[in-house]
Amino acid sequence: MSSAPIHAGRSLVVDAVSHRFGPSTALQDINLDVKGGELVALLGPSGCGKTTLLRIIAGFIAQSEGRIVIGDDVVDALPPARRAVGIVFQNYALFPHMTIAENIAYGLAARGASRTVQKETVARMLDLVKLGGFGERLPRQLSGGQQQRVALARALAIEPSILLLDEPFAALDKNLRLDMQIEVKRLQRLSGITTILVTHDQEEALSMADRVAVLSHGRLEQFATPTSIYDTPATRFVNTFVGSANELGGTVLGTDGDFLRVRLDSGGDVSVRAPGGMLSEGSRVAVCLRPEHLRIDAPGEDGFAGVVEMALPLGPTVVHEVRTGTGAALKISEPRSGGSLLRAAGTAVRISTAGPGLATAYPQTV
Amino acid sequence: MAASGLRRSIDVSGYDLRLAMPLAGFFAAFFLAPLAVLVVLSFQTDTTGAHWGVTQYVQFLGDAFSLGVLASTLWLGVKVTAVCLVFGWPVAWLHARSGPTVKSLIMLIVLLPLLTSVVVRTFAWIVILGRQGIVNATLMSLGLVEAPLKLLYTDLGVVTALAQVQMPLMVLPLATALSRIDPNLVAASEVLGAGEWRTFAKVILPLSLPGIVAGSMLTYAASITAFITQSLIGGGQMLFMPMYLYQQASTLQNWPFAAAISIIFLIAVLAVVTVFNTLGRLSRGFAQG
Repeated sequence: MSSAPIHAGRSLVVDAVSHRFGPSTALQDINLDVKGGELVALLGPSGCGKTTLLRIIAGFIAQSEGRIVIGDDVVDALPPARRAVGIVFQNYALFPHMTIAENIAYGLAARGASRTVQKETVARMLDLVKLGGFGERLPRQLSGGQQQRVALARALAIEPSILLLDEPFAALDKNLRLDMQIEVKRLQRLSGITTILVTHDQEEALSMADRVAVLSHGRLEQFATPTSIYDTPATRFVNTFVGSANELGGTVLGTDGDFLRVRLDSGGDVSVRAPGGMLSEGSRVAVCLRPEHLRIDAPGEDGFAGVVEMALPLGPTVVHEVRTGTGAALKISEPRSGGSLLRAAGTAVRISTAGPGLATAYPQTV
Repeated sequence: MAASGLRRSIDVSGYDLRLAMPLAGFFAAFFLAPLAVLVVLSFQTDTTGAHWGVTQYVQFLGDAFSLGVLASTLWLGVKVTAVCLVFGWPVAWLHARSGPTVKSLIMLIVLLPLLTSVVVRTFAWIVILGRQGIVNATLMSLGLVEAPLKLLYTDLGVVTALAQVQMPLMVLPLATALSRIDPNLVAASEVLGAGEWRTFAKVILPLSLPGIVAGSMLTYAASITAFITQSLIGGGQMLFMPMYLYQQASTLQNWPFAAAISIIFLIAVLAVVTVFNTLGRLSRGFAQG
């Protein structure tokens, strides 16, 4: 288990890549600069173009415009076989008629490695993924998690410059998924390999990746660290897709230092971030407030009024659903450690934000 | 609904057997019984039916001509099966990898011959292969040959016509097997550095083995027993088992010998089918992931 890093990861640059399938645009001017050894998640709902981008990086699809650069090499002219990327597919795609050892040795054999090298590498890889002694079994004799480890070993055996993971955890049940996420992250750290993880699962992206690229309708919405994505979302899509957000209508009152002062339709004023630039006084905005950034028991006449509709104790937190005077439903999450009590349905409450700059305002388009 | 579904799934064996009863009765009356009669008949030493023995079998197995007919029939099956496999595999692969429109178009073209009678198709081949036929007319008008080639009543002609007639039997099982191959396996092979030939030899071909075995078995069995096509395209000069059998029974009225020929032919075919079946069982493991 004392495997040294296989080699320093190479960088990956996605340079102004666009792709069209016939008349429809699958990707629109995507720019990503992935450092060597970094784990980047491509996050988005299905149909956002993340898998298309993965297949372009692997070389299965030739992009309509732009370049893919691995290390110092522009790889656009190279077929998948010569890009030296490793892929773990969602269904693992292990060769069902070959043993585990044959699966892992496949790429080495294709590269003309000697039997001795193949055998030695297979043993090392099985060790790395903790499957020593499984070499002679067939894929169907293994569990889902074991099959995934084999897929990972097979991809890593050829010492790829880039490792691509296509929704690798989607087929696993919840407990196993967490184990495998930790396992993959461990292997990635150990090997120092540059890794691209495609996922629609925001928790997976936020917990595993060094940086997250959020995609929607073929556009790159934001490319930043997980905390930045969550705390300072660049767009309304990111704000609502990553984590949950309450959306309230409001009108801009003016600036407040670095923030924007907004009068909410439901009453009360909030200081909000405005990632799209400052908005002029009187313009309509959508204010996104995360459930944990709202307080339910504002003193006196602070904040705005609401009525509790439902209380949901979720173990470490308690979530109240509150309806405001304008009829909007809000979710408010509070930690339970302070012994915060469940409020009965029908209780009238005052709601305020936990602090300035926690909410974000986006220009109201509708 | 759920309860009755559950009961049915528990009771499944009893249910199935009863459903198979009418067909089993039909088979017993019209297949097993005549077969038994055939076996009995084959042990008569002469057409009068007075004496019993294995003379008919001894006569067939000791006769170079009869053994030659059997060998050429079994060999014909091998040739037709090989041609169907070589030409059918790419079609099945194209079918498996095409979009829905092309897919149904290919299927239509493959199935189209089945919608016409074998007799019609065979006569079409006579028109194509004859001395004044389409092939010869084309070759001569292009100046490639001076005199018409002999295509009809030749081995080549029989194999060509039979391959066309039996092609659907090869393509259909192959198409099923190939469409079950996960496209990601091909992608995985590519990305691991394998060229197209290695991917084909190491991944696609082994995984298509169950389809190859099933298709070959059907094509083989159908082509060695294809009385009409064999007789019409082969003509008088080429004799295969079905025609040989027909001559003995119908023309010469030598029923015991015809019965013995049938049994020997049946055993030979069963032997080949058993070999295919064994191969199929060995390869079936490949198809499942």
